Amino acid sequence: MIPTVLRPAALLSGFGRLGALTLDALTDLGRMGFFLFWSLVGLFRLPFRFREVLKQLCFIGSGSLGVIFFTSLSTGMVLGLQGYNALNRFGADGMLGTVVALSLIMELGPTLTAIMVAGRAGSAMCAELGIMRISEQIDALDCMAIDPFRYLISPKFLAMILSMPLLTAVFDVVGIFGGYIVGVDMMGANGGAFMAGMAQNVTNADIRMGFIKSLCFGLLVAWICTGRGFFVHLIRGMGFGAESVSRATTQAVVYSSITVLVFDYLLTAVLL
Amino acid sequence: MTTVAEQDVAVRFSAVSKWFGRDEKRHQVLNNASFAVPAGKTTVIAGGSGQGKSVTLKLILGLLKPDAGQVLVFGQDVARLGFNALRELRMQFGVLFQGSALFDSLNVFENIALPLRERTKLQEDEIRAKVEATLDQLELKGHEEKYPAQLSGGMKKRVGLARALQLEPRLVLFDEPTTGLDPVMTREIYELFDATQKRLGYTALIVSHDVPQVFALADQIVLINRGELDSFTDAGEIVHSGKAAIREFARTVMGPGFTGKGA
Repeated sequence: MIPTVLRPAALLSGFGRLGALTLDALTDLGRMGFFLFWSLVGLFRLPFRFREVLKQLCFIGSGSLGVIFFTSLSTGMVLGLQGYNALNRFGADGMLGTVVALSLIMELGPTLTAIMVAGRAGSAMCAELGIMRISEQIDALDCMAIDPFRYLISPKFLAMILSMPLLTAVFDVVGIFGGYIVGVDMMGANGGAFMAGMAQNVTNADIRMGFIKSLCFGLLVAWICTGRGFFVHLIRGMGFGAESVSRATTQAVVYSSITVLVFDYLLTAVLL
Repeated sequence: MTTVAEQDVAVRFSAVSKWFGRDEKRHQVLNNASFAVPAGKTTVIAGGSGQGKSVTLKLILGLLKPDAGQVLVFGQDVARLGFNALRELRMQFGVLFQGSALFDSLNVFENIALPLRERTKLQEDEIRAKVEATLDQLELKGHEEKYPAQLSGGMKKRVGLARALQLEPRLVLFDEPTTGLDPVMTREIYELFDATQKRLGYTALIVSHDVPQVFALADQIVLINRGELDSFTDAGEIVHSGKAAIREFARTVMGPGFTGKGA
């Protein structure tokens, strides 16, 4: 007796489903590719929406400061605690400043900032665009011959790309401060060694790597979050109306977070 | 069926078919549909829910592409237009969406001023004067600082109409303009359409299931039934249609006593 899943009809149906899924994924990827292209083109289309960029900078940048502050402080404190315990075993607690600073500047700062901003501002951007799509506001822009990319998407892209390195810098500084408080003030590591190690071992190349990563992550988060909202009506299996917007928002945050982590590895491999 | 000379045609559908879905879920919304919208007149597209009325509008707007046939707007095949050409064509459109599609983050004044700010080189004081004149005409004075969430359904339609007319369009499309409105408000809105159409002389295409009231505005009626379109110059023609399905549709939608007179 042949198991049901191995019968020709079931196999063919399975291949059919796999084919349909692949086609959907490729269509989605192609659509998102065009979306990225037109969003970047929109950055150079006139008239430039300076006021809207400022509004988005305020929302993404200063609006995320609180979240970034607490995330970075606790991350830095954990790094200080774990780093001190690990280094102390080898009598190398003088390296604590270097470990905390390099971990934050090269890896944790850009990555965690991007994930937190995707959760706070990216989700809101996705939901806003999704609601605009299902309530025909984006169609209305099209019908008034107003380019929705220049009007809606590009200011969000620019604000996200500008905000991300600045927020990452805040994350790094606050994180290092958290590491110093725990490592030096609470655990008893040498403060002078902490600062000197950091000053000697953190190079411009390390800072540049963190900066490039944060720019790339800003672009990725803006692309995925705005794209999911913009195409909420075209994504298969998303449902309709408010349900589709909520699902697209969840998907935007999950996809952004995963993409940031995957690209973190790829960028590290290229930039190291 | 009515025939219209080519130079007087604003929109022409030639054997248009449109399908949605895939595999076993695939279904046809328009089947070899042909009709013409005469320029400067009011055409009403009527039919039951889910018959393809809004799809017809989206095909005209270039938001959807036909799977077969041609949609010509002012002589141009919408599906074949490039990005810039489509934008140029859309500059001649005004659209009143079913849900008005007002921008939630903009107030009434900003919503109406949006096409002027984005699509013209007018100075801010000229835009203000133009918008204020429109606010006066459509009895929206005093509401300019309100946001869409603070407006009633009828008020949103007025603002939507004001925005649609700002660029003095040649063709105005109305998608279910009276959905969710009470009968008094519905009549007011139709009177407003009629008055603005007569004043500005645009081609009006109204998609509605609000029959037979909407027929009073129509110079031409297009009925959609099961993906097929039939044109009539008068509501009375519908009940005497040669097609049994149309007569049945008319009886169902407009009631058994409907004769077309006084509609």
